[in-house]
Amino acid sequence: MNAAAPLATLGRATLAMLGAVGRFTIWLGQVLSHVLRPPFYAREFRNALMQIGYLSLPVVGLTALFTGGALALQIYAGSSRFDAQFAVPQIVAIGVVRELGPVMVGLMIAARVTSSIAAEIATMRVTEQIDALVTLSTHPLKYLAAPRVLAGVVVVPLLVAVGDILGILGGWLVAVTRLDFATHEYLQNTVDFLDATDITSSLVKGAAFGLIATATGCYAGMNAGRGAIGVGRATKSSVVMAAVMVLAANLLLTEMFFSR
Amino acid sequence: MIRLRGITRSFGANRVLAGVDLDVGRGESVVVIGGSGSGKSVLVKCILGLVRPDAGSVLIDGAELRDRHARDAFLARAGVLFQGGALFDSLPVWQNVAFRFLRGPRALPRAQARALAVERLARVGLAADVADRLPAELSGGMQKRVGLARAIAADPEMIFFDEPTTGLDPIMSGVINTLIRSIQREIGATAITITHDMTSVRAIADRVAMLHDGVIRWTGTVAEMDATSDPYVAQFIRGAAEGPIRALR
Repeated sequence: MNAAAPLATLGRATLAMLGAVGRFTIWLGQVLSHVLRPPFYAREFRNALMQIGYLSLPVVGLTALFTGGALALQIYAGSSRFDAQFAVPQIVAIGVVRELGPVMVGLMIAARVTSSIAAEIATMRVTEQIDALVTLSTHPLKYLAAPRVLAGVVVVPLLVAVGDILGILGGWLVAVTRLDFATHEYLQNTVDFLDATDITSSLVKGAAFGLIATATGCYAGMNAGRGAIGVGRATKSSVVMAAVMVLAANLLLTEMFFSR
Repeated sequence: MIRLRGITRSFGANRVLAGVDLDVGRGESVVVIGGSGSGKSVLVKCILGLVRPDAGSVLIDGAELRDRHARDAFLARAGVLFQGGALFDSLPVWQNVAFRFLRGPRALPRAQARALAVERLARVGLAADVADRLPAELSGGMQKRVGLARAIAADPEMIFFDEPTTGLDPIMSGVINTLIRSIQREIGATAITITHDMTSVRAIADRVAMLHDGVIRWTGTVAEMDATSDPYVAQFIRGAAEGPIRALR
């Protein structure tokens, strides 16, 4: 076996990955240009807001509520080892607003919205509906991708805000019912401890995750292979890609906002 | 007038179109026949710009479709009936039919667009109560008719029919063939139909073109087709397993 073969394989894989990143980046640039250029499809935008935002509220709310409660229990258990139980409200607030709120919402959106967008658009592709759009003088990126991506950027920060509030609420519920905290003291500590950067970072992460979740769904759907297997692969790959990109973007944004 | 010159298209090592030349006169109905996998759909997609040819030119009224603007202008004058209907399954029937009139430069008030859709549905024999149903609630024949109503909604100058009767029973095929022919004559549109259904050919065609081995092998009227001595065409219209066209591909 040629000694350079593993290197060649690695090189090919790297080039393929860079090629895929390049194609996605160019495609995303085209979508964003369609967001800014008329005609605008207001009805499709409103539908996307409803699908991505309003209909995601139950799953986002429940996830945040349970996660906030579990976080309060864990922090109490950990901090009681060195008599620091008083810090539960502050750490729950920081943990939820800076990290868990946006990341949980991002992952939930990747699971619920990215998969649904990818499956819908991939089905449209394999049943020639996207070709039909072109023949009806409608640009598929403008009609299918631009409204969804814009809606994701607009509405996911709002979902994150709801997730943050409900996450803190979950922590408060557990703290006052199970850990003997007083409501006023808990909420006052939470409000006092959070600052504007925490909230800004949370909302910016939400916008970035909304962009990632919707764009990956649209991209995978529009590039789906043939038949049911093509739809299945597009759906699966879009969710994996969106989840990994959400976590990677979270690291980058955390570094940007909070590294000293 | 639609003129194709030297259209070639390969997918990997498979050369599907190897230099297609075809002229379709204004108001003429040309049916392209050929076996499954002979490249008929690819040819129509090349004309519509859905597949980019490797070489060759598509000329509409003498002007070549070189760029996006020329193609957009061409598509604004064209209607397409897809093989599977390609109806937008998230939209009710009337919004499918009136799609062009609900958005973009030709947008009409919704009530007017709906009235136009109901009128087009009536033209293809569908009642107004179909307008609010979703495509998935319709039979295959009804979906084809909705697709036809959408294709003719804007009174196109050119219409493309991709396997219009595939998957339909003989009676519904006859209904669709009759509709296609009568509408094409009524609006005076230039039509290109691709099919391997000989009943459709006889019902729709002014002229027949046979695509084989990536080129137009033969053209002529239906009467000439029936009388031809070309062994490829003769085998195809007889549906014979024996002949120059390999039955197993």
